[in-house]
Amino acid sequence: MDDFNSDTDSDYTSYWRDWFISSRGNEYFCEIDEEYLTDRFNLTGLNTEVQYYQYALDLVTDVFDFDCDDDMREQIEKSARHLYGLVHARYIVTTRGLAKMLEKFKKSDFGKCPRVMCESQPLLPMGQSDVPNTSPVKLYCARCEDLYNPKSSRHAVIDGAYFGTSFHNILFQVYPAMLPAKSQRRYEPRVFGFRVHAAAALARWQAEEREKLKERLRGERIETGFEEEDEELEEEEEDEEMEGDGFEGAVVQQ
Amino acid sequence: MSSSSQVTESWISSFCGLLGHEYFAEVSEDFIEDDFNLTGLQSQVPMYKEALEMILDVEPEDDEEEEDEDEEDEEDDEILGDERPTGYRRASDRRHLRIASDLSVIESSAELLYGLIHQRYITSRPGIQQMAEKYELQHFGTCPRVYCNSCKVLPVGLNDSPGHETVKLFCPSCLDVYTPPNSRFQTVDGAFFGTTFPSLFFMTFTDLDIGGGVRSNPSSAADALLAIQAANREAKAGNNTTPANVTSINGVAPHNLAPGLGPGNIYEPRIYGFRVSERARSGPRMKWLRMKPADVTELDETRRYWEDRGEDGDRPDDDDLNMVDVADGKAVDRRKKIVGRTRRRANGNAGGSPMDTNGVGAAG
Ligand SMILES: [Zn+2]
Ligand SMILES: [Zn+2]
Repeated sequence: MDDFNSDTDSDYTSYWRDWFISSRGNEYFCEIDEEYLTDRFNLTGLNTEVQYYQYALDLVTDVFDFDCDDDMREQIEKSARHLYGLVHARYIVTTRGLAKMLEKFKKSDFGKCPRVMCESQPLLPMGQSDVPNTSPVKLYCARCEDLYNPKSSRHAVIDGAYFGTSFHNILFQVYPAMLPAKSQRRYEPRVFGFRVHAAAALARWQAEEREKLKERLRGERIETGFEEEDEELEEEEEDEEMEGDGFEGAVVQQ
Repeated sequence: MSSSSQVTESWISSFCGLLGHEYFAEVSEDFIEDDFNLTGLQSQVPMYKEALEMILDVEPEDDEEEEDEDEEDEEDDEILGDERPTGYRRASDRRHLRIASDLSVIESSAELLYGLIHQRYITSRPGIQQMAEKYELQHFGTCPRVYCNSCKVLPVGLNDSPGHETVKLFCPSCLDVYTPPNSRFQTVDGAFFGTTFPSLFFMTFTDLDIGGGVRSNPSSAADALLAIQAANREAKAGNNTTPANVTSINGVAPHNLAPGLGPGNIYEPRIYGFRVSERARSGPRMKWLRMKPADVTELDETRRYWEDRGEDGDRPDDDDLNMVDVADGKAVDRRKKIVGRTRRRANGNAGGSPMDTNGVGAAG
């Protein structure tokens, strides 16, 4: 689909794309190669998705040459951004696109997992749908395998379809070495030093589920992917737990 | 340092008004003036007396006066009353004694002392009430996890002694802790909130609907659609099988037991619509972290334990055993019997034993 060896970027000065990816709020996007954009095959079907498709494409590829009023210009500008996003979703699952996004991932351009136990694991952008205008972009953490909302409101309005539902999973299939070790460490709610019973009972039930998973994987001779030191953490210190509704009395200190 | 008779903002208000201090409650002077609440703090805070005076906006006393009985008495009056007859009379004498570096030491001691008092205050009745108001106003923000649907969070420390970790946020919907989104909170010591506060909060305000407003107020039509689809899948798979008459499991109402976890709230990785198998190297390994049984009464371990054993010899009274409350003959007020134990622990831990109170650890 795309040619990894050709480096056409240096032959062109990509004004619009330069401007686009360096604008505030567009930090999650990588730069799509000129060559990828000019290959019609890669744009199949997008002409019906994007208004003023040809003008928008001309703008993105810096060959826009159309005299129009400001309103029209703004419309085309908006279409160009939408077009760029839709092509972006396709581009980032190509060899070259994956490599570019991997570099951004390594630099934590998409932020770090807010979960304390994930210890600042870098995130990847993703969409919960591949259909545009369905839901905004989310961030995927490969350590806890969960989805988070972007911190900044300027990222929270980006269409998730510009990244899609598959990209982040493909990236780890293509670059398995980038998979972080999974951790069993977790937060234990406590009150005056005692574990909270309801949370502790749930955590024990979850731990059983985890052990079942490990057994299934071992049965198939598949790596479990958990941190080694975790295996040693497994035996549990037995201390007392508090019942959930037993606390009115503790609140009378003053 | 100038005339304290001016009506100026109190030290406490200005501390709580600083950027990054948005999570703090304003500890009442009554609370600080009750010596019982300060037990054990003297040894933890350098220049304790000066720090305490600064927090209470009391003019400092000269050191030499400390032996003087009369002065001591007056000092007490000063702390308790609004009038400050002796405090600023000698302010000019003292001014030259307090050099700038001294002041900055006292200032940082005052912040430490305030933080440690704050940790205790927010688990007291007036303090937890004040935090409840801040919670309702969403002063602590919401859970960043997508499946928690913007559930309101509370500040928490991972350690009760200062200098270990900065403040984190506890989400009752996924029972996990998160780093605050803004870096200005990364200078706030977690011990100033402590390990106990958020869990005690949700045990105290059991009537709060912690996942509340979520189902009725999805952020977009698409989210609503996803939620409906998830609910349908759940129904089809018989995923919520908790008997409808169960009102409490392990002391928590079923709808408040980690509402952000369980079927429909776990990310399912897909590539071009196909699920990534757990047998793939990059396949899912962490679903357990977000799982919850379809029937939450499965979590009643005590009953399960005794049922599995079958014999009745040491079986405790049903009242003690029952961790599930049902609508009829609801078992309540197990409260009293824990009170004594809790209070003892509360005081015992006030000095901050990290061994006992560290909220992070390995779970089995
Ligand atoms: Zn994570
Ligand atoms: Zn949450």
